[in-house]
Amino acid sequence: MASTPNVLSKHERDDIDHWLKRYPEDQSQSALLAALRAVMHEDHYLSIEKMDAVADYLSLPKITVYEVASFYSMYEMDEKAAGKNTIAVCTNVSCMLNGSDKIVEHIEEKLGIKMGETTPDGEFFFKIEEECLAACCGAPMMQVNHVYHENLTPEKVDEILESVKTKPSLHKKEANNG
Amino acid sequence: MSDMIKITVDDKELEVAAGTMLIEVTDAVGIHVPRFCYHKKLSVAANCRMCLVEVEKAPKPMPACATPVNEGMKVWTRSEKALSAQKDTMEFLLINHPLDCPICDQGGECELQDLSMGFGGSSSSYQEIKRVVVDKDIGELVSTEMTRCIQCTRCIRFGEEIAGMRELGATGRGDRMEIGTFVEKSLSSELSGNIIDICPVGALTARPSRYNSRAWEMMQSPSIAPHDSVGSNVNLHTFKGNLVRVVAGENEAINECWISDRDRFSYQGVNAEDRVKSPMIKQNGIWKKVDWNEALESVAEKLKSVDPDDVGVLASPQATIEELYLLQKSMRAIGVKNIDHRLRQTDFNDQESMGLFPWLGMSITDIEQQNAILLVGSNVRKEQPLLNHRIRNAVIKNNAKVMTVNSFEIDFNYDVESQNISSPQEIVNTLAGIAKASISLSKAKVPAGLSDLLKSVRANSDGKAIAENLKNAENSVVFLGGLSVQHPNYSTLRALAAVISENTGATLGYLAESANTVGAWLAGVVPHREEAGIVSKNVSSSKAGKNTVEMIMNPSKVYVLLDVEPEFDCDDPQLAQQAMDAAECVISISPFADANMLTNADIILPSACYSETSGTYVNAEGVWQSFRAAAKSSSDVRPAWKILRVLGNKLGIDGFDYVSSTDVRDELKVACDTVSSVSNHFEISGIYIAPEKQDGLQRIGAVAEFCGDSVQRRATALQKSAPEQEVVQLNSAEVQRLSLQDTVENSSLVTVAQGNEKLSMPVLVNDLIPDGCVLIASGTQSSSELGSAFGNIEITS
Repeated sequence: MASTPNVLSKHERDDIDHWLKRYPEDQSQSALLAALRAVMHEDHYLSIEKMDAVADYLSLPKITVYEVASFYSMYEMDEKAAGKNTIAVCTNVSCMLNGSDKIVEHIEEKLGIKMGETTPDGEFFFKIEEECLAACCGAPMMQVNHVYHENLTPEKVDEILESVKTKPSLHKKEANNG
Repeated sequence: MSDMIKITVDDKELEVAAGTMLIEVTDAVGIHVPRFCYHKKLSVAANCRMCLVEVEKAPKPMPACATPVNEGMKVWTRSEKALSAQKDTMEFLLINHPLDCPICDQGGECELQDLSMGFGGSSSSYQEIKRVVVDKDIGELVSTEMTRCIQCTRCIRFGEEIAGMRELGATGRGDRMEIGTFVEKSLSSELSGNIIDICPVGALTARPSRYNSRAWEMMQSPSIAPHDSVGSNVNLHTFKGNLVRVVAGENEAINECWISDRDRFSYQGVNAEDRVKSPMIKQNGIWKKVDWNEALESVAEKLKSVDPDDVGVLASPQATIEELYLLQKSMRAIGVKNIDHRLRQTDFNDQESMGLFPWLGMSITDIEQQNAILLVGSNVRKEQPLLNHRIRNAVIKNNAKVMTVNSFEIDFNYDVESQNISSPQEIVNTLAGIAKASISLSKAKVPAGLSDLLKSVRANSDGKAIAENLKNAENSVVFLGGLSVQHPNYSTLRALAAVISENTGATLGYLAESANTVGAWLAGVVPHREEAGIVSKNVSSSKAGKNTVEMIMNPSKVYVLLDVEPEFDCDDPQLAQQAMDAAECVISISPFADANMLTNADIILPSACYSETSGTYVNAEGVWQSFRAAAKSSSDVRPAWKILRVLGNKLGIDGFDYVSSTDVRDELKVACDTVSSVSNHFEISGIYIAPEKQDGLQRIGAVAEFCGDSVQRRATALQKSAPEQEVVQLNSAEVQRLSLQDTVENSSLVTVAQGNEKLSMPVLVNDLIPDGCVLIASGTQSSSELGSAFGNIEITS
């Protein structure tokens, strides 16, 4: 049964251990949100294999992990969602009134994908955001990875997306040079 | 305990315990409040909102299931405010419900249907599209129609709180929440079928009986479950006289309102293809249908023509006590002494010291009061699922320490203190170690009969810890389970358990194997006692008849089988088969005749199944429970008690003029009532030995979960749900040692050799099995070709 050898990476396990310390010993379920976040950081989505590993690691029934993972919109369970950068444009009332539709259209055109899809190079995942992200005063807004960007215009969106993209391209250069 | 307070419900003054929930109060006095998510045995979820009632001074209607009562509280359950809240809730619940009642199995017995009639409106304000939820495949036993689900979460709470394993959950959120397993998976709990009973709608229904008949066409008859010694109360549902479904009955002191999957789905076996429909006699190798008179005449003739010592009588412990008693009475009346029901037992060394019957040692509810429990050779979770449920409650409520001595590790649904696992021979030494520790704890003398055995073992720290746990607990018990009874050194295990119980103050209890194991002892279906434990001159020690093993080792000329299939029910199928081959005449009283039976038997008397006869089972705690026939059997099939009564007449025995099965039961009951008390205590007087060291691979032949008797072996859905019954299980180290890695990797078959037979079987690597051992379950199709449940076995690629 316990034959699955370290499905979770060392980094993931360290992260989970760090959170586990904060809760009473018999309350490992409290660390579940953080544990799933750790996996999201690494893989950009939650595979069944990883969720099962989290369940084993925290001694929880597997279904408990599936329940939590499928409840919160910050977790992605679709492998297609495993893009390096996640873009979430708010389309709730305030943002919609302030032109979020145009922002969505712009991003879709720029990246050549629809909401809910990932660019073929795996760089960007354009998430279907369902709920208000509580930044109405800066509408329209979007969240890229963990960062809020407000008062968007198409030009500003281009800048932001370019800026998050630079790092991997640097990596690529290094790789080529090396 | 708690303070009593006064409240008013619907203008009725009530005195109730403070802190109870309103719905418990209204239920107790018979005021009906509608509900879906509330279930008296489960935690309160308060998520369906159907039980809203008006409470004085509360601004909004309150859910009765989650509102504790307070002094002076005034409640109205049928006021305008309450009714309108209930009606609105109903409208919400029906928004996504498909209203496909005409094709729904639940239709006619559906809580949603009933409550919408009683409390709902006639139209809905919702005009939009309803959602559809894809059905889940959760195994052979429960069928799903998840669009009908109203998300009461009873099934989820059942899994967590009763079954002790959370398999179902609610994934997604809001209007996309779905109940299911999320990944495709069959439910594996031995109690999973109960979610069918508690589902208030048609989302979870019984798969084997799906689309068979409508609820209002079925007749319900209360009965007793026939597959384990719990004596669970069940309701049998028949359609046009056929048994088509089984649901749980209620008996708070026995099964509460739960039943095992085995008791729920075994009914399919009753309608198996190899049911015998008329009496048959084999003449010159050809089967001939005969009438009852001719069949019974020839049975009587045969029995009269042979020396009674040449007759062997084997009876199923699943037979009713009336059948067992009449079998015993008629056979002993014609001088037959060789009679037994202990088909899988092989060690009868100290059978005289057994109490009146293998008693649980307490009532079923008392199990929950235990603080320390030692399970010796018992897979209680599969063998008696509802006793396991009581043990689980003891663990949850009293932090009971559960310890085991067994030949394989068990995946319990609660935390256990320790599992002491070793080969079948070695468990004798493990138990002896505990016994030795218990003796030194109480500074008692070593009983003479055990001194050699105890000298050779050391009380290690594990043994000491177990003995101490039993001694220090306020209530503790040592239970002997089915694997102990099958063990080649059962008497030694029993003596050691008695020593442990004596020296730690723990109760000694037996987890009897079958529905009527206890009844068989009471009816006198053992070679050394008559009914009610009477040891008359006829059966006293030197004159005792042959036990099962003796009957099989030295073949009798004539065998009488009462619902016994020797190759499945006996410890050693090969020897049993040889005995049948060697017999002149085999008389089988049985509902079934498979190919093997048609070869073995010479006269077949078709008997009724448990659902087609009246009768009585006595459960592990000694409670007699009678039931009546629910289903009709085919016209030429007779209840076994009637067959035996007429046979008694044909044999010219006095006192065989019973009119009903209750006459038979009452006669036996009177005899049993004269026995003053039941006790498991016995003095250790004999000499008990350790098993001889055996080299080579050892078989562990625990009885497969769904193979304990003829009916369940034929229950197709149960069999399909447990494919692991027919495999060879061994641990990964053993796989290496036997060089079976390639075979395991390619999922090819291994060759199993025991005695003179060889057969091919699939392998399952299971690290819960100890080194040097292999688990091949008994009672299965493959094991019917093998030898004894214990002993040497060879596995090759």
